[in-house]
Amino acid sequence: MTSALTLNHYLWISGLLFALGIAGIVMRRNLLVIFMALEMNLNAANLALIAFSKFNKLVDGQVLVFFIIAIAAAEVAVGLAIIVALFRRKQTVSVNELNSMRL
Amino acid sequence: MNVHDTLFWFFSLAISSRNPVTSAMFLVALFVFMAGLFVLLEAFFLAAIQVLVYAGAVMVLFLFVIMLLNIKEAERRHFRLLGVVGGVAVAGALAWELAIILRRPVESLNPGKAEFGGGLEAVVKPLFANYMLPFEVTALLLLVAMIGVVLLSKEELK
Repeated sequence: MTSALTLNHYLWISGLLFALGIAGIVMRRNLLVIFMALEMNLNAANLALIAFSKFNKLVDGQVLVFFIIAIAAAEVAVGLAIIVALFRRKQTVSVNELNSMRL
Repeated sequence: MNVHDTLFWFFSLAISSRNPVTSAMFLVALFVFMAGLFVLLEAFFLAAIQVLVYAGAVMVLFLFVIMLLNIKEAERRHFRLLGVVGGVAVAGALAWELAIILRRPVESLNPGKAEFGGGLEAVVKPLFANYMLPFEVTALLLLVAMIGVVLLSKEELK
């Protein structure tokens, strides 16, 4: 199967998605949305890895993506538990109000 | 407007929605689209995993927490000026670097090599050969994460 899509196309989407995730992390104030933007970043990395794996014909990239997905799932569980514990104590998820560690 | 632009604007909805639930739903769509791209790259196993783990488990967890916390929605879109300028600057710099690097086509390193497919067997076989140790460590990490979450969710942290 040949396709007109080259490695560059996938890297473009991956890079734009990563940039978008970074923008979301920096711009949004809601801790949950920031966390979701972080997931976008992980997905962008996954896409780049799979694209390189396909076009370099090495399976290792896909194995790495498998690990990334597994660890991202664990990370989400722990992160959300921390957010819930934080909300219980402070009653907010806005990073503007969670500034007790600010100098 | 080509496919890139459409995807880009659609993805950007996920970070710009006012309501976290809307954000989460767009993120689910994003994960499904990513699974579609994985299929285009012939990574069928990972596409299935992507839908199962991300669009299924992870996003259910997100939505569950959003509903659980019952956040009172901000009346107006609350962006800090510094945050917006910083975010646009960082994202723009990344996109600019990308544009420079990707002006020329990236060559394949192994042009003569055979394709490995991307089904279950091709991806899973290395897990039990070269990547045995990381695989086991990942299993341990999942266990530790589970115990940690149970501990964190306790009412009283001692």
